Amino acid sequence: MIKIEHLKAQFGEQIILKDINMQVSEGEVVVIIGPSGSGKSTFLRCFNFLVRPTEGNVTIDDFTIDVKTASKKDIHVLRQKTAMVFQNYNLLKNKTAIQNIMEPMITVQKKSKEEAEKIAIDLLKKVTLLEKRDSYPKEMSGGQQQRIGIARAMAVNANVILFDEPTSSLDPELVGEVLAVIKQLAAETKKTMLIVTHEMKFAKEVADKMIFLENGRIAEMGTPKEIFENCTNERIRNFVNKVAVNSMEAE
Amino acid sequence: MNFDFQWFINLFPIVLPALKLTIAISLVSLAFTLLLSIIISIVRYYKILGLYQFFGVYITFFRATPLVAQLFILYFGLPSVIPVLRSMTAFQATVIALTLNTASFMAEDLRAALESVDVGQLEACYSMGMTKYQTMKRVVLPQALVIALPSLVNRFIGIIKGSALGFTVGLADIMAKAKIEAALSLRFFEAYLCVTVIYLVLVIFVEKTQKLFKI
Repeated sequence: MIKIEHLKAQFGEQIILKDINMQVSEGEVVVIIGPSGSGKSTFLRCFNFLVRPTEGNVTIDDFTIDVKTASKKDIHVLRQKTAMVFQNYNLLKNKTAIQNIMEPMITVQKKSKEEAEKIAIDLLKKVTLLEKRDSYPKEMSGGQQQRIGIARAMAVNANVILFDEPTSSLDPELVGEVLAVIKQLAAETKKTMLIVTHEMKFAKEVADKMIFLENGRIAEMGTPKEIFENCTNERIRNFVNKVAVNSMEAE
Repeated sequence: MNFDFQWFINLFPIVLPALKLTIAISLVSLAFTLLLSIIISIVRYYKILGLYQFFGVYITFFRATPLVAQLFILYFGLPSVIPVLRSMTAFQATVIALTLNTASFMAEDLRAALESVDVGQLEACYSMGMTKYQTMKRVVLPQALVIALPSLVNRFIGIIKGSALGFTVGLADIMAKAKIEAALSLRFFEAYLCVTVIYLVLVIFVEKTQKLFKI
């Protein structure tokens, strides 16, 4: 369960997020869309304090923190309750695929090496990259790196997974394999997912709920059907259709 | 030409036993320099208040003044003010001066290498719940050391050559041996050429080792 109350993020004079409120139930898949600079990435990063919000409350499961008074320990707890998949994969370059996946289990969950390796092998199978277990990030394609990134996020064993434009820096032909893995996870696991993406077709298929973010506010929230078909806001209708058309042209 | 080749060749067995000392100074200094540089570079990397400024002044001072002046201040100067330092041996003084001097350069090499590890990897570590310490030890430092290796080898070569200054505080290293032989025989060219060849071979050995490990 996630609950965000009166979330605000401001850097100097610039206000990135203005009073955001939302609630997500356990296991829900929420896709966040919106134009560039609307604060999507910042919003996602407020959940694990990679960006420190200025005001508001963040609740994950039964753990609530007031962002103004959040201590180091609070942030640490919050980070263990979330995992993130990055636009640029951000695999650890000095570690192999399997070591990347084992890293959170060994350093944070203090699992034994044998146990971590066993789980990592299962996760490698899930993203169908077992043959790459001993490859370093630079020896893998973008799509493969991102699939390892997703396996690593699963290894964090958090209830909430945050996807920050997971396919935006991939070649068009590699996007499919990554989206397929995410879709499969969404169907198989009970994890709550927040996904920032521009892939409208994928969003339509995977989302339980969609959020349209603009100028640091939630402009619209609803089911994919409500956003794509019945949306009364012309601005949003134009946006989703334009992005959908662009991606069809690209294909 | 007045070059006594036979004398030159015969000098090597006289000078070479002192090579142990040169190598010992170099290796001990390298170990301390690495340790100190890692600490300073991490302080500078995280901009730890107070220590950051302190090491900033330290770096400026030791980079801006000659090694020989630093060594003389340490060995001849400071003991007259701080009596405890009177028991310091020439070996210790040389190692300390070389360490403090080289670390001021190496710390900056290492800091640049630490900063070259991309922020994305740090974000990944923090998002998994890793602490700053774990991230530094397991991800940033191992990558930075690999990136910095060529310049670290450079600094090590500097240490080897810098150890030649040990003779100025009475250390019986290869430089001192050569100087004594030169003074006794007045064969300056042969004597200093001999010690130069030894340094040259030593550094070529370091270079070859570096190539062997492809760094």
